[in-house]
Amino acid sequence: MTHTQTLTRRSRRALRVRRTLTGAAIVGLAGFGSPASAQDSRAASGGATLIQDATVLTVTNGTIQKGSVLIRDGKIAAVGTNVSAPAGAKVIDAAGKFVMPGIIDCHSHIAVEGGVNEGSVSVSSMVGIEDVVDPEDPDIYRGLAGGVTTANVLHGSANAIGGKNQVIKLRWGKDAKGLVFEDALPGIKFALGENPKRSNLSGVAGASGRYPGTRMGVIDTIRQAFVDAREYKREWDDYRARAAKNDKTAITPRRDLKLEPLVEVLEGKRLVHAHSYRADEILQLLRVAEEFNFRIATLQHVLEGYRVADEIAKHGAGASTFSDWWAYKMEAYEAIPYNAALMTERGVLVSINSDSAEEHRHLNQEAAKAIRYGGMSPDEALKLVTINPARQLRIDKRVGSIEVGKDADLVIYDKHPLSVYAIPQTVFVDGTVYFDRQQDLANRARLAEEKQTLKDTEKKGTAGKEKDSKPPTTPQTTPGQTTGPKESHE
Amino acid sequence: MTVHTFQQTPRQTRRTARVTQTAAAALLAVVASASPLFAQAPAKTYAIENARIVTLAGAPIENGTLVIVDGKIAAVGAGVAVPAGAERIDGKGLQIYPGFFDAATQLGLTEVGAVRATVDTNELGDYNPQLVAAMAVHPASDHIPVARANGITHAMTVPGTSGVIAGQASVIALNGWTVEEMLIAPSAGMIVNWPQLATSTFDFTTFSQRSRPFTEVKAEYDKKIADLTEWIARARRYQQAVDTAAATTPRDLKLEAMLPVIKGERPLIISANRERAIRDALKFCEEQKLRVVIYGGDEARKVKDLLAKQKVPVILGPTLTMPSDDDEPYDSPFTLPSDLHKAGIKVALATFNSADSRTLPYETGNAVAYGLPHEEGLKAISLYPAQIFGLDKQLGTIETGKIANVIVTSGDPLELTTEVKYLFIKGQLTSLDNKHQRSYETWRSRPRPTGTTRTTASK
Repeated sequence: MTHTQTLTRRSRRALRVRRTLTGAAIVGLAGFGSPASAQDSRAASGGATLIQDATVLTVTNGTIQKGSVLIRDGKIAAVGTNVSAPAGAKVIDAAGKFVMPGIIDCHSHIAVEGGVNEGSVSVSSMVGIEDVVDPEDPDIYRGLAGGVTTANVLHGSANAIGGKNQVIKLRWGKDAKGLVFEDALPGIKFALGENPKRSNLSGVAGASGRYPGTRMGVIDTIRQAFVDAREYKREWDDYRARAAKNDKTAITPRRDLKLEPLVEVLEGKRLVHAHSYRADEILQLLRVAEEFNFRIATLQHVLEGYRVADEIAKHGAGASTFSDWWAYKMEAYEAIPYNAALMTERGVLVSINSDSAEEHRHLNQEAAKAIRYGGMSPDEALKLVTINPARQLRIDKRVGSIEVGKDADLVIYDKHPLSVYAIPQTVFVDGTVYFDRQQDLANRARLAEEKQTLKDTEKKGTAGKEKDSKPPTTPQTTPGQTTGPKESHE
Repeated sequence: MTVHTFQQTPRQTRRTARVTQTAAAALLAVVASASPLFAQAPAKTYAIENARIVTLAGAPIENGTLVIVDGKIAAVGAGVAVPAGAERIDGKGLQIYPGFFDAATQLGLTEVGAVRATVDTNELGDYNPQLVAAMAVHPASDHIPVARANGITHAMTVPGTSGVIAGQASVIALNGWTVEEMLIAPSAGMIVNWPQLATSTFDFTTFSQRSRPFTEVKAEYDKKIADLTEWIARARRYQQAVDTAAATTPRDLKLEAMLPVIKGERPLIISANRERAIRDALKFCEEQKLRVVIYGGDEARKVKDLLAKQKVPVILGPTLTMPSDDDEPYDSPFTLPSDLHKAGIKVALATFNSADSRTLPYETGNAVAYGLPHEEGLKAISLYPAQIFGLDKQLGTIETGKIANVIVTSGDPLELTTEVKYLFIKGQLTSLDNKHQRSYETWRSRPRPTGTTRTTASK
């Protein structure tokens, strides 16, 4: 599969959606200029690095006071109280600080070139995020600065069966291919309820001109797609069986790029990430999956998951939810901030995700809310944004905890990461520093100067050229204020 | 009609659910004893003892006692005598703070953002000074108890984000059987949405950017500013007419609503985010000699000297937002409250939301993490908004004689894991019970269905 390799930053105008008074959105245009250069903010770290004397939150093996983590060749080489620096190793004194595994966001839409919804059809399994990974999205750097090292970048939720997702590491500065999480299983987005119904676009079933317009239609769309996929798989299985027997009359079936990913789902080679809100639709989806003998990997949002937690646990689906969003639409009206704690109590593997480039930046805080709402222990709360999403994405052999042999994806915080006052100081991906707060702060004056120089040059270049020159576009561009869905694209 | 019936269903369901929840019902009963006939309730006296009291009007008091009588703070300090008959609350290990004031919300005006039938925020038309937010506040909104559970005791609710003069913002206490019982200030100021000079806007119907020529946009902007100027001039002429010939001047509700603004009794509360919008708004108010509060203020940092010089307060939106521009420092919104504070500007923090009003302490905590002094953070959600709206004689600190809107917490109220243990609004011990905790208790007690033991976590 091809990955977009954007060599020069296009005049892409990223959509910035954020919460406002109406619980709706301000949508503005991102300004000019390029993000802080990756090379500047990323120190090379050849050889070994020892993070020393920190409180090490391993997540899977408890907390180590005055502990150290040794990084070698991008991996965690040693963890404990008695780790000494090998000759030539870079030593980071982290006394008084906290080290935790890099945060994993199980639902993100950062680093996508253009729109995330191929919303023209109800089944869009032929398209994939892998083709539109944008390594120059500044939200990657902002995510890193919030301690995130891995993100599950999903297609939007406009269709019952959406596009393929791409798990990435936030290796800011690498090209599109360089962001791809190498061993992650491929996946696909499904969506239930109001978004595939397109009900918030019109309010009348079918007014969008596209089937489905009801939850009945959504579940039918999914069932029909798997009937087709099963038939398609049978054609290929038959063909392969006959070809293996040297049957010269066997004709190669015509390839169907829409059904191929669904066959992979049937074969357990592709994970299903299903956007869902209401308990009833969650249950219907689990039953359809069971009918076709596959398992939903994660229910995304799953805001009423607390009502069918036992059924979710029995099916074996993971649940990836918001911490405390609610009431922005009808199907979010029964959302409760106790959802993560309650589902965990009932045996569901739970993570907390962002679905927002902003929320993405403080998922540690969102995890802490599960302590306040539902009495989770701090250790369990940390799992919600580390090892649990790693397990949900089947990448837990590589990331999600501080264990020897795992990727050195680490965050150093100045305070306990479950405190509102904690700020990420240094963030490692594969043992390399991709974010360092002190360096970021130190670079600011120089970047401001560079920007001023560019502006001055631009002014000189355009001065006197045209009499009735159009005003420069950028300074005149202010964000447009309007209303719309709370999430950018879910 | 069908639609109507459909939308009533969830409410009816909730009402039924409430009755069946025994734990919740017990809690309600406790509160009910304290709050029937809210405003006319017989004087109730409370004493919270042995607590750490952060008054925000001096140094914190260790092992202090707070006495509430008849809705007001009657005494506060160490070694204060507890009046006979007071209901005593042991505050050992607990902390007392002024209740939080969310300085810009839509509490009571919206229930489900995407369901228009439940949203009363934006009226049609560009000039609606006669509208008053409190007229549409739904006292039974589920958002109100949810906000309360995180220590929000009162809020300014804002009538709109559309139009130029959107109407009057109201300050409400987050408890009351009717809106009249909730009201603290029916009109705290006039909301103005400063016209935007946007060449490119986002069109939600096509989900794409829409660009227009600058000259066209500028002409539209100039027209709106001219109209706004004319509204002020008309209000002044109306005042003159009323002053000289009240009996023969036909009543005009819109112009009447503008009188407190042109008399300088109430401020214009101007929504402005971009630097130029803030500058233009300040210039306008200076020329027109009007009191002004800026709300929004994303780029207030670029105007901080002027804001400080003109002593214009700023109500900032959520700390946890994205930078406005790609090349801004990543933490630019986090450091904004601190930077404005350092420049000598009075800053109030607000959620600009309804459902998310409960996150006010956390938004503030993040501002503190990035440089705002802790006490300034607390004042930004208590004392300063009270001062901005001229309510600081009644609210904002724990001082004798003020309205007893106070919270008792398990720790630092800006921390994510801290719980509000008791909450008083107008001196009434008010329930922390809410839709979310009730739903949690209900569904937590769902019996495990037979045959749903977990098999495997994954393939």
